[in-house]
Amino acid sequence: MDTFYTDLLCVGAGLAGERVAVAAASQGFETICLSIVPPRRSHSSAAQGGMQASLGHCCMGEGDCPDVHFADTVKGSDWGCDQEVARMFAETAPIAVREMAFWGIPWNRVVAGKGTYYKGGKEYEKIEKKEKEGLITARDFGGTAKWRTCYTSDGTGHTLLFTMDNEVVRLGVTVHDRVEAIALIHDGETCMGVVARCLKTGKLRNYLAKATLIATGGYGRIYRETTNAVINDGSGAIIALDTGIVPIGNPEAVQFHPTGIVPTNILVTEGCRGDGGTLKDVNGERFMHIYEPGKQELASRDVVSRWMTHHIRLGKGVPSPYGPHLWLDIRHLGEKHIKTKLREVEEICNEFLGVDPITQMIPVRPAQHYSMGGVRTNKDGAAYGLKGLFSAGEAACWDMHGFNRLGGNSLAETIVAGKIVGEKIAEFLQGYEVDFKTAVVKDAVKKQEERIDRIIKGADGKENVYEVRNAMQDQLMDYVGIFRNGEDLKKAVDNLQVIYERSQKVGLRSYSLGANPELALALKIRGMVRMALCVAYAALQRTESRGAHAREDYPERNDRDWLKRTLATWKEGDSLPTLEYEKPSKVWEIPPGERGYGVAKIICTEDPEVCGEKKPETN
Amino acid sequence: MGRPLKFNIFRYNPEDPASVPHMESFHLEETDAMTLYIALNRIREEQDPTLMFDFMCRAGICGSCAMMINGRPDLACHTKTKALPAEINLMPLPVFKLIGDLSVDTGTWFRNMNERVRSYIHTDKVFDPNADEERMSNELADEIYELERCIECGCCVAACGKANMVPNFMGATAFNRVARFMMDPRDQRKTDDYFEIVATDDGIFGCLGLLGCEDVCPKDIPLQDQLGMLRRKMGWASVRHLFDKILPGGDAKKK
Ligand SMILES: Cc1cc2nc3c(=O)[nH]c(=O)nc-3n(C[C@H](O)[C@H](O)[C@H](O)COP(=O)(O)OP(=O)(O)OC[C@H]3O[C@@H](n4cnc5c(N)ncnc54)[C@H](O)[C@@H]3O)c2cc1C
Ligand code: SF4
Ligand code: SF4
Ligand code: FES
Repeated sequence: MDTFYTDLLCVGAGLAGERVAVAAASQGFETICLSIVPPRRSHSSAAQGGMQASLGHCCMGEGDCPDVHFADTVKGSDWGCDQEVARMFAETAPIAVREMAFWGIPWNRVVAGKGTYYKGGKEYEKIEKKEKEGLITARDFGGTAKWRTCYTSDGTGHTLLFTMDNEVVRLGVTVHDRVEAIALIHDGETCMGVVARCLKTGKLRNYLAKATLIATGGYGRIYRETTNAVINDGSGAIIALDTGIVPIGNPEAVQFHPTGIVPTNILVTEGCRGDGGTLKDVNGERFMHIYEPGKQELASRDVVSRWMTHHIRLGKGVPSPYGPHLWLDIRHLGEKHIKTKLREVEEICNEFLGVDPITQMIPVRPAQHYSMGGVRTNKDGAAYGLKGLFSAGEAACWDMHGFNRLGGNSLAETIVAGKIVGEKIAEFLQGYEVDFKTAVVKDAVKKQEERIDRIIKGADGKENVYEVRNAMQDQLMDYVGIFRNGEDLKKAVDNLQVIYERSQKVGLRSYSLGANPELALALKIRGMVRMALCVAYAALQRTESRGAHAREDYPERNDRDWLKRTLATWKEGDSLPTLEYEKPSKVWEIPPGERGYGVAKIICTEDPEVCGEKKPETN
Repeated sequence: MGRPLKFNIFRYNPEDPASVPHMESFHLEETDAMTLYIALNRIREEQDPTLMFDFMCRAGICGSCAMMINGRPDLACHTKTKALPAEINLMPLPVFKLIGDLSVDTGTWFRNMNERVRSYIHTDKVFDPNADEERMSNELADEIYELERCIECGCCVAACGKANMVPNFMGATAFNRVARFMMDPRDQRKTDDYFEIVATDDGIFGCLGLLGCEDVCPKDIPLQDQLGMLRRKMGWASVRHLFDKILPGGDAKKK
């Protein structure tokens, strides 16, 4: 069997994985990245809208600074985030954006003079200053006090990822694409690398590393309707969970994006609304201004998604063979704007819907979009529980997003966390030696070989892996969605436990040598159902509403009892995760208060550590 | 009832010594808004779980799913069955190494391409975290983005007669990448540096100029313009090199 040795192993070559790799490699550490797909195809490439950084160059961003960005992020998180991390993030984001410019991003720039923009369907005028001309500009995104989202047309993730991979090429970092990590190698204390499967040949390999990073992106594909790419099935979170030691932070914090297109759930960017697009109902009328007079279409995502669902429940949805939907209207932005600033949107609508957004409205509905939860790390990106294991990007719960991530804050997180965590890993590697214990490595490989063998032979049963997956996705979609309640969540947990049994009895329907796509999924399905159970069970336990976690039976945000982060681990042999809790933050620069949008019923905490001496002024 | 569709799909698994290349037919009833992404996944999940193909974003953004669709390279995910006849032939992209069935190894090819054209900004400046970014006109940013939109799908390479004959031929995607950096003021490379990279028979001088590439690019990248520009610039540079050789004391490198 092939064994590869390296200082740093990045499992994942999206923006986060590659940014970490660049940081370590530029300090001379040997680095290998693994990726299921060629790195430039990682899901980061699909991000359209942009990344937040408080440069404050454009006139609508004037006066912006890390303090304001920090405050927006904390409010967006519904006070679920780690404020120390959010602070570090907001301070570093402007540098990270400029560094990406230095590496070659063609950021859109400030054009001096008069211009128009739209808000709530109405046209306004703005004047950009001469002295700012040519600096990086920004667009408006939900939940922000200023225009702060830096962009390249609506292909921001694409340009970021291509530029990052250019750096990877420049530094000569090794990337093994079409290699999937299927288990961590560890002895209960130290992580030593991974067992991986080559998706070209089907053969197993060992990667032995002093430091291992999980940067595998989100796990949206445990839901049926998601904007995520088909490989976003959480395999990074799964291998962490499989250790029985490393916890998943806040698995129940799942974001739905307001504008997935119907029927395929492909995303059209928040930039549509940021640039002035409006949401309309079956009567062709706007409705967000009724529910959210202040931020209207640009309240945070959790809030907009809930009002859309609420409006559809009132019977105001547009009937279609795929269920009711609403309209996104960007026609008034005009052909020129759409053809330059919303190109991908135009292409997606034309090619996948046969809708021309210049003259027609776009059918949309909220779809699963982002996993705030993930491998729990400290502020340096070191995973809880195992020495030498790190995580960054969407796969991690570094926790600057808490219970709701702001649009544009995720691309920014990948770059910023990648930079910070990468530097911390380089520090960690300095003089660090690890004993790759032969017995541990052998044992880890043997376990995987036996598992594969049993699945191929159908030794544990003949369950069809696709049917098991579909059953799991339906449970989450139907019972652990935008609005949640105890009864539904209980149903989901019960049903998922039955599905979990089935997932352990999956057997292949046909045997083929090589990559074998059915086997690739079969190896993950048990872990996917475990993740689904973490989401559903943690959601059932959390008897409050916070950010994206909205309980109909517990509508208030309960800071008294629930100002805490869920930590889910999975003990071998159990049929449910073990849940523990910790305080979300050690630092409370901004004590819990109202967000300024969304319904704010708050049960206050009196913990002096959290709110200082004075009580928050809300109740 | 939708149309009955017949898919003739190339099958071959190089990892299996018993496998021989052949075509296999599958049947599906067409559904509303069906794309090849939906169709192929249904075939795999309902009929033959060993079928190999690649999808990622399923939104025409990531470039994973290019294949020969009735003889023409295109992205499978954005191809609607409605736009095709009832009999659909699917083959893997030529030029790239076959992994199995419709899946090819574009990753290795493109990493190699990126290394060959040194696809990154060359500069002797050092990043200053405390300074404002260098200014750029928005117009230029838009122009660079236009060329930056290549998703490395490989359609242009598959459609290129030259690339099909000469394995080492760089292909339109590489020329486009070079053009992108030539246009970028942050990159300090001079014409002669690019000359070394592309002015060969495997490069722009080997290009037949028939533009099979531009016709198939799913991102509508203006390849024709880039190829023309490169040919002109490199043509001039080679004339200059010739003069430098003939005239004593000439040294193109210093220009
Ligand atoms: C449609 C869409 C649009 C978005 N738009 C925006 C936006 O405008 N602004 C914003 O801020 N955010 C946006 N986001 C969110 C943002 O794009 C992502 O959160 C972010 O790019 C994730 O980056 P990442 O590096 O963590 O993971 P990814 O880019 O998903 O990369 C994951 C990597 O891990 C690899 N991998 C996975 N599992 C394994 C394994 N087991 N073994 C080996 N490799 C593995 C994959 O191959 C890949 O290389 C959007 C998300 C979506 C879905
Ligand atoms: S014009 Fe050149 S690159 Fe394009 S298809 Fe013809 S030979 Fe290939
Ligand atoms: S230039 Fe066009 S066809 Fe060629 S790889 Fe890029 S996107 Fe694909
Ligand atoms: S799957 Fe990404 S382009 Fe087709």
